[in-house]
Amino acid sequence: MTLSLDDVKRIANLARIEISEGDAQQTLAHLSGIFNLIEQMQAVDTESVEPMSHSQDMVQRLREDVVTESDQHVLFQSIAPQVEAGFYLVPKVIE
Amino acid sequence: MQWEIVIGLEIHAQLSTRSKIFSGASIAYGARPNSQACAVDIALPGVLPVLNQGAVERAIKFGLAIDAKINSPSIFARKNYFYPDLPKGYQISQFERPIVEGGHVSIQVGDREKTIRLTRAHLEEDAGKSMHEDFHGMTGIDLNRAGTALLEIVSEPDMRSSAEAVAYAKTLHSLVRWIGICDGNMQEGSFRCDANVSVRPLGTEKLGTRCEIKNLNSFRFLERAIDHEVARQIDILEEGGRIIQQTRLYDADRDETRSMRSKEDAQDYRYFPDPDLLPVVISGEWIEHAKKSLPELPEDKRSRYVKQHGLSAYDASVLTVTRELSDYFDQTVEMLPGQGKLSANWIMGEVSGRLNKEGLEIAQCPVNPEQLAGLLRRISDGTVSGKMAREVFDSIWSGEGNDADAIIAAKGLKQISDDSEIEKLVDDVLIAHPQQVADYQSGKEKAFNSLVGQVMKVSKGKANPAQVNSILKRKLSE
Repeated sequence: MTLSLDDVKRIANLARIEISEGDAQQTLAHLSGIFNLIEQMQAVDTESVEPMSHSQDMVQRLREDVVTESDQHVLFQSIAPQVEAGFYLVPKVIE
Repeated sequence: MQWEIVIGLEIHAQLSTRSKIFSGASIAYGARPNSQACAVDIALPGVLPVLNQGAVERAIKFGLAIDAKINSPSIFARKNYFYPDLPKGYQISQFERPIVEGGHVSIQVGDREKTIRLTRAHLEEDAGKSMHEDFHGMTGIDLNRAGTALLEIVSEPDMRSSAEAVAYAKTLHSLVRWIGICDGNMQEGSFRCDANVSVRPLGTEKLGTRCEIKNLNSFRFLERAIDHEVARQIDILEEGGRIIQQTRLYDADRDETRSMRSKEDAQDYRYFPDPDLLPVVISGEWIEHAKKSLPELPEDKRSRYVKQHGLSAYDASVLTVTRELSDYFDQTVEMLPGQGKLSANWIMGEVSGRLNKEGLEIAQCPVNPEQLAGLLRRISDGTVSGKMAREVFDSIWSGEGNDADAIIAAKGLKQISDDSEIEKLVDDVLIAHPQQVADYQSGKEKAFNSLVGQVMKVSKGKANPAQVNSILKRKLSE
């Protein structure tokens, strides 16, 4: 698979990363290098290998369904840029 | 052209856990803004999610109730998008290997039964709430809801009308409450529907382009939004246009759907397995345990009511709308063997009617199953008439008395069922009303009812009406 400059810009936009024309060119080269590696790996026959969803061969630990947290919003909101009546304030967003 | 409507539903059921899916914060409704949003929920750096066993257990129960496959291992994935009420910049959801796969439910549409297949049901966390008013040009964010456990239930596009979609949504709504995994409160957003709607020429296979309608928080809106959307799509197609795949929002005030965003600028969610969460393994033992904890399911109860108590499919479906109502019926009929139909009629009629009128739930019913059974026993053995029984029922309801037999004795409501006693009453009436007797004998049927009325009157309403009828008929033809 070949990656285009537009792909790089689109991915940057989706990830909300501002990227200059020069950086985009450089990123394209880096990502294309990674894609080449992936292409080489794809030559390996993995037909009988179970896909892995995690690098650790371990199982998820579960917790009991109990409430353990108390109200700390005053502490948390002390580092928020703007708050009002207990709400975090952000620039207006309407879809 | 004849069009066929194709509908699939996505339902978000908020799971009735005490704490959130990945943190120990409370999910109690109506708390002060952000008072239940802990460090994990607001995504402070360095926090890690720890999965709530109660959420997994509820998903397993749901899977078992719809006869689906429970995936083990099951995997959590990140769904990436930016919105201020999603502090991490991604939602933890499931993509590959959702906890529940496949399954089916049967729905009742009028007197027709239909099976709807499910695609999957997966666990995910809810987002927070954005308030766009009251903050002088800014948006206020409340993260109390962020991290609440949801089960997203996705159906196959198996529904062919808004009525079927509503029947399916109601069936699931009843089921999740029945098995105790969701409180079903639609006003509070505990049970939310999105509908995928498309149309195609009748008889063709290929699916039309679909639109997704969001924001359907009542069954009535679900029906109206689908009807409206179907009409909109057919209008476009019949004028030679084409449907653009998009997300539309239902506006209940204007009764219309309008575009939220189109596929062209749709998000690419870039799902990938969440490295913060390991694969979830669900043992056979756990599944067995969940199976044992499930109550008798509505479908099984319905068929048992038809077989065991001789109820109609309709009666059986009314009595199984909620588990509480069916339990009430079960308890009543257990004390009254062989009187399933009588019990059903009273519970669906007198009991439900009275509850509706007073805005009460069955759990708050002032007449308990034992009291109702006691009363119905006196109807079935002929002690009281239906009319008298209603009077006794009122007395128990209003707390005048506890027990049907005591009230019947106190009010002297005992029905006269002794043949010889009724014969004597009938004889007296026949002597006292020669004109009606003559009228009846000359062919005036109405005179008969008038004579029945006279007998009931002299008995002060206590004579068994069926016996009065037959004895009167016999005497008049002698």
